[in-house]
Amino acid sequence: MSEQSRVLQGVGVGRGAVWGPVARVRPAPTVPANELVPADPAAAKEMVEQAFADVAAGLRAQAGRAAGTLAEVLSATAQMADDRALRKQVLGRIDKGEPPLTALSAVVGDFASMFTSAGGYLAERVTDLVSVRDRVVARCLGVPEPGVPPLERPAVIVAVDLSPADTAALDLEMVLGIVIEQGGPTGHTAIIAGQLGLPCVVRAAGASDLLDGEIVAVDAAAGTVVVGPDAVTKARVEARRVALAALAENLADGATADGHPVALLANIGTAEDAERLTDAAVEGVGLFRTEVLFLGHATAPTEDAQAAAYTRALAAMGGRKVVVRTLDAGADKPLAFVTRAGEENPALGVRGFRLVRAAEDLLLTQLAAIARAAHETGTRPWVMAPMIATVDEAAQFAAMARAVGIEQVGVMVEVPSAALRARDVLAEVDFVSLGTNDLAQYTMATDRLLGDLVDLLDPWQPAVLDLVAATASAGVELGKPVGVCGESAADPVMALLLTGLGVTSLSMSPAAVPGVRFALARHTLAGCQEIAVAARAARTAQQARAVALALVDPEVRDVLALG
Amino acid sequence: MSQRTAVVASRVGLHARPASIFTQAVAASGVDVTIAKPGEEGMDASSILMVMALGAGPGQTVVLEADGPESDRVLDELVVLLETDLDAQ
Repeated sequence: MSEQSRVLQGVGVGRGAVWGPVARVRPAPTVPANELVPADPAAAKEMVEQAFADVAAGLRAQAGRAAGTLAEVLSATAQMADDRALRKQVLGRIDKGEPPLTALSAVVGDFASMFTSAGGYLAERVTDLVSVRDRVVARCLGVPEPGVPPLERPAVIVAVDLSPADTAALDLEMVLGIVIEQGGPTGHTAIIAGQLGLPCVVRAAGASDLLDGEIVAVDAAAGTVVVGPDAVTKARVEARRVALAALAENLADGATADGHPVALLANIGTAEDAERLTDAAVEGVGLFRTEVLFLGHATAPTEDAQAAAYTRALAAMGGRKVVVRTLDAGADKPLAFVTRAGEENPALGVRGFRLVRAAEDLLLTQLAAIARAAHETGTRPWVMAPMIATVDEAAQFAAMARAVGIEQVGVMVEVPSAALRARDVLAEVDFVSLGTNDLAQYTMATDRLLGDLVDLLDPWQPAVLDLVAATASAGVELGKPVGVCGESAADPVMALLLTGLGVTSLSMSPAAVPGVRFALARHTLAGCQEIAVAARAARTAQQARAVALALVDPEVRDVLALG
Repeated sequence: MSQRTAVVASRVGLHARPASIFTQAVAASGVDVTIAKPGEEGMDASSILMVMALGAGPGQTVVLEADGPESDRVLDELVVLLETDLDAQ
């Protein structure tokens, strides 16, 4: 590394590496606190009107280039920027002697509070209104509009954090990688980057000082961003990219070196995700997160609409295994039509399967829709419920699912009580799947949205490993499948440990599969068991990973940059 | 002053797509139209923000008003639009 280079340290997502120029996501501009009353109100009005018109035109143009939901969101936002009543009120206030941007903020504020108090669908439109305001303010101040800039060449996206709308607007052909200053490895941006297979570094301190066009090398495996990389660093990054691409060519089913099978599956959220898996080297879907169908809607989707979406996903996977998870909402995934307002600790409240207490129809409708999709596609989806804490809940879900004809019924093990009593839970169902993020959250008393506590959320924490081991050994004893569908399955070292404990399937973002497949193929089942025993003897998370890593084949360590 | 009443047919009420289609039709007509719930003050029917804020759910009766030579024809067309389930299209 040359002397000109500096290195930002963060938390990496994925194993990839890439280098290229920075493209900064622009922050929202602030309205000057003591804005002056314009000397020429007519000119101020003209400026505001022109800004509204430009913003509307820009959004319409973006909508024209987009498709599906994104296009609809963008054109609805364009219509807000075009809104007569909004403009009239702003211009009226300027006429009365208010400074233009102060007037704009006040009017948007009025609409926003009206929408917020109406709740539901209208409350969700507040984000769009605010985005119109920010864009108009930026135009008036003569600064670039906030959000992701249009990319003319492949670039590394750099932001404080990405909003879901920013992420949706990314032109994937042009995005090399993502660096954000905030967020956590299980946050929204990291999950999306993982799904897209983009090298990503989150919590990269100092990222906001990076300049547009500056060359950076992003190494997700090391969690580093090298600013101004020298030729050696660029060459190393390129070599890793090539080695990883070669691994991706291997399409064999997951197995250890001595042939012990471990199914390698993908996590998906939509039917489109399933369709993208057509050529992917995965044995199926280990986690179909159905809540995407429910989030952002004013009312629950109908059975017909759900059945159509599930049918599409099941059809796309052909005969391959698909594990559908029923609605996991509440906590960080609130629904307008069922989540309780004012729950003080939503992660400990009515969420996941517990929604059945508040709205049983939601689950019954969803199960009926899944059963219809199974019938229509002639497939046999596995169906599991999230957030199961007791044997009674497992039994209740199993009865509901079997009543509509679902053959393979399971539950998620994300709560320590379910892991500790996995034997009894498994007696009620056909399989279980471990969600390691939530299991760590509940074991370590750590809100998974708090980036500051990321060390506690580590799946290598000995207490979390103990609960995973208890669950896996119950599966081995009863001869029933135990999967892992948390992101920890994507860590090749953890994947070896889980295999050693008796886990039968690993589900992750498709981009992580080649690395895990390669690691498995280089170790025997006995080797995996040895790793599991050594890691479980450790007293801290760091020690657990270190002793496991020391037992990993050196070539695997090197190619996957596991250091 | 011409006046019409209509019953909102859209299953989601005058939100989202239905509100968007309706306000665009009003704007395209070039006529100043107001929309209100019965007995309430009329709001600019070409404003998507106002129409959404009206909060007219499915089955809600709304009152449309306009002035001028074109108003009868425009209001008749708008009534047809409101009484169609715009979200189903």
